[in-house]
Amino acid sequence: MGLTFAEKLLAAKAGEARVRPGQIIEASPDVAMSHDNAGLVITQFKRIGVDRVWDPSKIVIPLDHRVPAESTKTANAHKMIREFVKAQGITAFYDVREGVCHQVMVEKAHVLPGALALGTDSHTTSYGCVAAFGTGIGATEMAAVWATGKLWLRVPESIRVDAAGGFPDMVYPKDLILYLVGRLGVEGANYCSVEFHGPAVAAMGIPGRFTLCNLAMEMGAKNAVVPYDRVTGDFLNGIGAGHGTAFLPDGDAEYVRKEICDVSRLAPQVACPHSVDNVRPVEEVAGKKIDQVVLGSCTNGRIEDLEVAAAIISGKRIHPDVRMLVVPASRTILLEAMKCGAIQKLVEAGAVLVNPGCGPCLGAHEGILGDGEVCLASTNRNFKGRMGSRTSEVYLASPATVAASALTGKITDPRRVG
Amino acid sequence: MKFKGKAWVAGDDIDTDQIYHGQYLPLTDPHEMAKHAMEYVPGMDNFPREAKKGDIVVAGKNFGTGSSREHAVLCLQYLGVSCVVAQSFSRIFFRNAVNLGYPVIECPGIAGRVKTGDVIEVDDESGLVTSVATGASVQGVPPSGLEKEIAGSGGLLEFLKKKSPEELAQL
Repeated sequence: MGLTFAEKLLAAKAGEARVRPGQIIEASPDVAMSHDNAGLVITQFKRIGVDRVWDPSKIVIPLDHRVPAESTKTANAHKMIREFVKAQGITAFYDVREGVCHQVMVEKAHVLPGALALGTDSHTTSYGCVAAFGTGIGATEMAAVWATGKLWLRVPESIRVDAAGGFPDMVYPKDLILYLVGRLGVEGANYCSVEFHGPAVAAMGIPGRFTLCNLAMEMGAKNAVVPYDRVTGDFLNGIGAGHGTAFLPDGDAEYVRKEICDVSRLAPQVACPHSVDNVRPVEEVAGKKIDQVVLGSCTNGRIEDLEVAAAIISGKRIHPDVRMLVVPASRTILLEAMKCGAIQKLVEAGAVLVNPGCGPCLGAHEGILGDGEVCLASTNRNFKGRMGSRTSEVYLASPATVAASALTGKITDPRRVG
Repeated sequence: MKFKGKAWVAGDDIDTDQIYHGQYLPLTDPHEMAKHAMEYVPGMDNFPREAKKGDIVVAGKNFGTGSSREHAVLCLQYLGVSCVVAQSFSRIFFRNAVNLGYPVIECPGIAGRVKTGDVIEVDDESGLVTSVATGASVQGVPPSGLEKEIAGSGGLLEFLKKKSPEELAQL
């Protein structure tokens, strides 16, 4: 019997010939990422009684959750982090200017194919877009990793998704992954490694793959991956990075579940409150009045996303009752979006440009919802009260659906906006 | 260890924003953090004020789904909730609880067997959950070897602190 991506990679990391699902292995990560919660990691690290981190060159800290600091508490936490990275010689520190941690990690080549990447953030699964094994852990566990350079992992079972066909107009990888989360449910992949395969994935660029691996977390995935291929290699050449190690799953690998879907038959999808698996085709929720739209985040804040939205909105006016917030996922993307004119078009139409970072996604600042307000967002979570008031509602969709809806003031099928 | 306390029953898929909302992440004072435990769970607004030390949360499937924030474990710990019993847990929440030395008991058969206000007894070593009133019990999943070792030390930091510098260097 062959091996899955996770089995091959974790066997290599554990220094074993072969590992099986359920087995506990010990491994040393290739990279360990923490964002603003590095503050909590530092506090826990200091309690262990070790003076120096195991390897400062393997720790990456981008500040993104509350940037620039929205309160004195956050400002002091950021200050402590800046002092700590200097004292420990951690050079891969990205201050408030750079963008969402996951985007920065991929963009700056901190994760390469075959890497075991840990992050104190659940959406660390995103790194599968460049064929790395990314998984989220808590701050205390990260403190232990900083001290020892090791952690234990249970080898996960794997789920294989095969996506065939070509995407119809106005249908995107976001719609595919929302559809899959709807089909598998929010714990459908709990503890599992999710592999994406098939012609629709092979034809997909890194941004689309990023969206798939990011949202796979919302079905509980431990990691998600698009195995290394030519697209991965071309992307890495483009950013001047090395190619890492390709761990390719065997054709006869064993999966606990296989999903097959044809994206050519897919309609734009919307995840309705208050669960990411409450997914319906856009036609079924079209007409729902909205107060705010958010275009951005680590899920869908890349240049392709901003361009899709700008093309729909260009030359038109955003509905007067809607606040449209645009949050590029990184400074690099913001610069690109300024150069290509996407930002110009969006702001001219009435959008509010927010600095690269997590923005309002987690309800911390920069666009909190009031009582009973409704938001349509290209982000990844619609938990009850996620973006503010506990009586507010968040719907999730693709950048195209978000842009089309910003024009009409209600959830709108992007295929119907001319 | 055995825990005896009043049960608070919550539903399925209770996410980390419901357990501890993102707006409170900068808080570090345990007393302040405890005040917001389970605040966004529908129908449990009174929980942070009325839950007593030693009470137990009994939840449905996929408890703690969502963010990797440890605050979701810490707020319950700081409030004095002795343990959480759930039909199933989300991966990162479960791992965080073990690492923080907080007892969590997976008990697939618990659904519909306990209601809010029932006094129950939970044995975190055997995984047995018993209703004090009726004596009826449901067998949960006992912790695995490594979980037991970390939890028995009182959490991952204590587990590491017990090791000598030489042992730490060996890790």
